[in-house]
Amino acid sequence: MNGLTLTPPIGRVKTVLLCAVLLLSLAGKGVAATYDYINISDPFHKRIPLAVPVPVSLSDDRETEQIAGSVADLLARSLEFTGYFTLIDRRAFLDAPGKQGITARDVNFKNWRDIGSELLITGGVRLEGRVLQLEFRLFDPFRQELVFGKRYTGEVADYRQMVHRFCDEMIYRLTGNFGVFNTKIAFVSETDSGKVLYVCDFDGNNLRRLTGGDNIVLSPSWSPDGRYLAYTSYRQDKPDIYIRSMATGAERLFAGYEGLNITPAWMPPDGSRIAATLSFEGDEEIYLLTDTGKIDKRLTRSWGVDVSPAFSPDGKKMAFVSGRAGSPQIYVMDLATGRTNRLTFEGRYNTQPSWSPKGDRIAYSGMSGGTSDVFVINADGSQLRQLTRDAGRNESPAWSPDGNMIVFSSTRRGDSGIYVMTASGADQRQVVNMPGNQSLPAWSPVLEP
Amino acid sequence: MKKSISLGVLLIMMVSLMFFASCAKKAPETDEYPMDIRTGEMTAAEAEAERERQRRIAEEEVEAYRARQAQELQTEAAKTQFLDSKVYFAFDDSSLSAEAREILLAQARWLKANSDRTVIVEGHCDNRGTEEYNLALGSRRAQSVKDFLVNAGVEPSRIVTISYGEERPAVRENNEAAWAKNRRAEFRLR
Repeated sequence: MNGLTLTPPIGRVKTVLLCAVLLLSLAGKGVAATYDYINISDPFHKRIPLAVPVPVSLSDDRETEQIAGSVADLLARSLEFTGYFTLIDRRAFLDAPGKQGITARDVNFKNWRDIGSELLITGGVRLEGRVLQLEFRLFDPFRQELVFGKRYTGEVADYRQMVHRFCDEMIYRLTGNFGVFNTKIAFVSETDSGKVLYVCDFDGNNLRRLTGGDNIVLSPSWSPDGRYLAYTSYRQDKPDIYIRSMATGAERLFAGYEGLNITPAWMPPDGSRIAATLSFEGDEEIYLLTDTGKIDKRLTRSWGVDVSPAFSPDGKKMAFVSGRAGSPQIYVMDLATGRTNRLTFEGRYNTQPSWSPKGDRIAYSGMSGGTSDVFVINADGSQLRQLTRDAGRNESPAWSPDGNMIVFSSTRRGDSGIYVMTASGADQRQVVNMPGNQSLPAWSPVLEP
Repeated sequence: MKKSISLGVLLIMMVSLMFFASCAKKAPETDEYPMDIRTGEMTAAEAEAERERQRRIAEEEVEAYRARQAQELQTEAAKTQFLDSKVYFAFDDSSLSAEAREILLAQARWLKANSDRTVIVEGHCDNRGTEEYNLALGSRRAQSVKDFLVNAGVEPSRIVTISYGEERPAVRENNEAAWAKNRRAEFRLR
């Protein structure tokens, strides 16, 4: 094994629990050279056929084999989630299970080329006591090249985290962006007596309820560092904004002015200000608040509703919803000059703007013919595209931090559920399986592991 | 104080004595012969008048009691009507219809007659549209109602608005009739 001592490009992956070692990389080939596999700015990118055989068991016992099976399934599922790949059915593989080899020397590239596999992940699983070692190598069978390899060591219980580390790194190598494998989705779920806040992993796993009681909780919004959630709660029988620490679960009242305190949005890049709609002056206007909830300044000045601020990633512009033209439409304000332009002109009801992490596009929900659908429009108002259609009410779009996916709510199966799709609208599927109505999803930034 | 009490007791005793005396005397005598006024004893006619007076007082007391009860019921009914009154709105609209204004005038009358009460005006929406905008629209509706009541003479400090957006529907159905019932302002007392 000719290990190369390149510094991993993901500095944040190091923790005490998990240790990752870069296995191999082609000499003289920079990381940037691998970006051409996936061009994420192309909404119609072709899905890459990917083979994920069950990793080879390197310690001879049943538990290792079981882990190898779980690892392969999780790896395949997680990578398929991104919408970048088509997973090749394992029954089509020409090599017998566990006989595909791990290193370039052992891999029969022709057998993978013959089934159309443009990328291949080989792996090995070793179990020593409760210490699990996973190694993965990403190959290009057509070039007969190793793209990169990594070995992870940790406790058995952490295998999910180790697999997701590899996925994250793989997406980074292929696209130049970190993936969504270390992200969470917060959303609201209806109970018999109110609405409560839930959070889960990007793929719906590790579902956890955050708020109790029978009050109403709405509009979760992640801080830019992912450590806090701001949201509206009727804890004191009126809509106020609270901030919760994700580490400790402590909740504090942030804005409790007379009347409305709703739709909080953290201002990038550092989140030291929060924009929100307040109505204490008798009109629903958007204000900028300090980190202690004091009013910094009023941003909108129009009679009628101004609500749902959404900042551009550089924090220089703000999209929001206003009823100033007689029906709810989305507007964009330049925060330095206060200059405001109307963004949406199609349809009579356009709300819930979400600014893409790249800053070029804005997703929103638009109502027409009695139903709602998710639309995406360039931040300059060009290239309007409808991403959902003929599938119930589709609302509340929010971007994944890599900008490749959109989470939204949909009533296509009756009750409202949480769904994801690629940014081009492909691969629409439900991610959270629970009874009742779920709504208002918010995708976290990439979290510290 | 003590003196006046003992005087009162003496008076009661005297009146009682007079009453017993008149009763005692009444039996053997006929009604036609009035008693000597100077002796302080009542004639039969006077006694009858006195009984009549007592009866009227008792009747008046019952009447006053009944009137108080009726008034209480009326107050209670007015309060119930105040709390049951709802104002309805058109889709994505917070303006007040003629019908809504009429209801609000009655609401203002009640509030002015009950100046010690603070009212909470709840703004509600149907479930079409999206949650956040509906929260703001509900606020707008409650605010329209508040503005009207203030113009009708109710102190602004006695009116609190709360928007529930589409979170507390009156009817959990998805049809025009249900939506129309859900686009409303409601009243409760603090």
